[in-house]
Amino acid sequence: MKRLDEARVGVYVCHCGSNISATVDVENVAKWAGENLPNVICARDNKFMCSSLGQELIEKDIKEQGLTRVVVAACSPHLHEATFRGACQRAGLNPYLFDMVSIREQVSWVISDRAIATEKAKALISGGVRRVIHNEPLEPILVDINPNVLVVGGGIAGIQAALEIADSGSHVYLVEREPSLGGHMAQFDKTFPTLDCSACILTPKMYSAGNHKNITLLTYSEVEKVDGFIGNFTVKIRQRARKVKIELCTGCGACEEKCPKKVVDDVFEAGLGFRKAIYRPFPQAVPKYPVIDVENCTFFQRGTCKACEKFCPTGAIDFKQEDEIITVNVGNVILATGFDLFDSRRIPQYGYGRLANVFTSLEFERLSNAAGPTGGKVVLRDGVTVPQSVAIVHCAGSRDRNYNKYCSAICCMQSLKFAHLVKERTGARVYNFYIDIRTSAKAYDEFYQHIIEEGILFVRGKVAEVTDAARLSGEEGKLIVQVEDTLVGKQRRIPVDMVILSAGLEPRHDAKEVGKKFGISCSMDGWFIERHPKLDPVATMTDGIFIAGACQGPKDIPAAVSQGAAAAARVQGLISQRQISLEPVRASVDAEKCSGCRICNTMCPFNAIAFLADRQVTEINPALCQGCGTCVSACPAGAITGTHFSNEQIMAQIEGVLMLDLRQMAMA
Amino acid sequence: MPGNGFEPVIVGFTCNWCSYRAADTAGMARIKYAPNVRLIRLMCSGRLDPQFVLKALAEGADAVFISGCHPGDCHYIEQNYKTMRRYELLKRTLAQLGIEDGRVKLVWASAAEGAILAEEINKMVAEVKALGPLNWKLEARS
Repeated sequence: MKRLDEARVGVYVCHCGSNISATVDVENVAKWAGENLPNVICARDNKFMCSSLGQELIEKDIKEQGLTRVVVAACSPHLHEATFRGACQRAGLNPYLFDMVSIREQVSWVISDRAIATEKAKALISGGVRRVIHNEPLEPILVDINPNVLVVGGGIAGIQAALEIADSGSHVYLVEREPSLGGHMAQFDKTFPTLDCSACILTPKMYSAGNHKNITLLTYSEVEKVDGFIGNFTVKIRQRARKVKIELCTGCGACEEKCPKKVVDDVFEAGLGFRKAIYRPFPQAVPKYPVIDVENCTFFQRGTCKACEKFCPTGAIDFKQEDEIITVNVGNVILATGFDLFDSRRIPQYGYGRLANVFTSLEFERLSNAAGPTGGKVVLRDGVTVPQSVAIVHCAGSRDRNYNKYCSAICCMQSLKFAHLVKERTGARVYNFYIDIRTSAKAYDEFYQHIIEEGILFVRGKVAEVTDAARLSGEEGKLIVQVEDTLVGKQRRIPVDMVILSAGLEPRHDAKEVGKKFGISCSMDGWFIERHPKLDPVATMTDGIFIAGACQGPKDIPAAVSQGAAAAARVQGLISQRQISLEPVRASVDAEKCSGCRICNTMCPFNAIAFLADRQVTEINPALCQGCGTCVSACPAGAITGTHFSNEQIMAQIEGVLMLDLRQMAMA
Repeated sequence: MPGNGFEPVIVGFTCNWCSYRAADTAGMARIKYAPNVRLIRLMCSGRLDPQFVLKALAEGADAVFISGCHPGDCHYIEQNYKTMRRYELLKRTLAQLGIEDGRVKLVWASAAEGAILAEEINKMVAEVKALGPLNWKLEARS
């Protein structure tokens, strides 16, 4: 459909105050465009095109001058493409007959020479005009939004999101891979800055989530496959076999008590304590049903025992129980999969794993917790000795080019909290070794001041080494922290009984695979990527998939809760719209031209491309297609066209930016 | 031969999600870099049809700059791997046509890497300046 002769193009060059006009001669450019570019009926310049006056200018010209195409040369399309498309639509022009050329971020802000900048602006506008002539009117695709929601991850962020959505009346599937809700927060002793007992503030929410009429709790479960698109996801979830019939189990705990097999609990107890082969991760677990750890269960490994079955009063043990695959249909997904702790063994000079009394932060949380393996006593690895001096090392594995460059956000507050708890429980001499003290949120710095007043000793220096090789007197039998005390300007060796490493936060080891299942990506550090780091932290580039909590980046509990609530609100907004429109940038196959070579069939990560065996041609599902265009450029027959980024449009834009037609005209 | 005053004209293809936003980031940071690259926005570097590169060179460009999301970070999951494969094959074809290696370049840039994009563009412009004009179609240039 060649409209080359019929197109009536309006060009609008924005001053953007002086952001553009200070460097680009915008009046000259507008005049030039009107006189030289093909099909340009009117060309104007304006101080602020995005203002209502600027937009009205476009609307007026569309109506009075019969414009059929509009080009605005201003800032980045990422800012105002939607604004001007709206103006076109209000004036009765299809919004996809509009093109935006960036002469601010790409020209005036990056070039100093006025003549060069003006010339480049002209070239880019020429490209825009040549391209827009080939634009076709497009209608957005309408999709229904299924009101069900999937929340992946049963930590504090996921629980918050699930509760808010469930309270609003929509149904939530809450999937958690561990046998219980709670996440890392369930492991903590006290939370900063209030020193609230972590379990006390968490368990009411866990209980609400576990018993909410609008929440289907799927613990000991994992998402296997995701198909579909926003409003219409089909998700396969593997519910692993607990080997316990939950309809019969009363949660009495007799099985756990009678089980003879003890296993080191390296998940919840961080390796410091034991659990049984049939177990609940902790007493307040939600749901209350235990699971059998098949790899450590005597019956599954050797065929004997069955003590749990013998002692269960309701006959709830079912060794033959199989995994179940559940398929759910949801409209939106919130990922709240949390973090893993940095493995401190990667820093050999800190001695973790080799020197007995070097502990990680999570290990210390379990020591300090009254329900932990030592009943809340802060003692050394021998389980008996109370330390008289303790070193707390900030930034273990964080802010470090050798490990993770980023700051893990919570370790300073956590380290101060540890200092307080150690002092309170043991009266020991406590040293905090820090690089900076980061206590910026509400009531955090007051907490820091309070800790200083408790007589905690602060040494500003990144710990170089923790060693048991005594050199000086007083070091025998101790752990020596070697550090440069930067405020004093001296190397120091400080002997202590116990070292706590505030290990950094890392993305989950399988974050990339999980992200791939849902069609979102991870940053270079491995955290899920948000749509915009400042203005859109809970949405992702994939419509319908949201992220909340530590999986987006290290953060404390208030921030995780806020993000859970924010993601829930975004989802609720979509649900209440019932129907949304998708960008009609899509690919489609001209069946007449398709030879059935199927080269394109393997190109689509969204499964939008299907081969019709009966007709021996390929077809593209416009609802699944995300509009990347990879199949368009793959087709050797040119049978696939991509709307809004067609070959005609791009070829014309190439000619335009090279000002081909103008040079030819000049030579003719 | 490359002499004083030769300013190459380079057509650039960026993807909507990463590299175009990288150019925006460079602009927001007011980084001044070589003005020779005229960017065309595609939704994905996977949309880059090798025909576009040939068209650009044939119609007067001295070089082509291609940029997309880092491997593993493609907004459409894995399409930039296809870009990589096509690029490698394209380079061999171009070599057979006698087009110098420095005239077509593929660079990855994430949305935050405005400075890196600017630096890569500066490097490429310097390289193409040294190579001189392509002069594919002598009669098209005035």
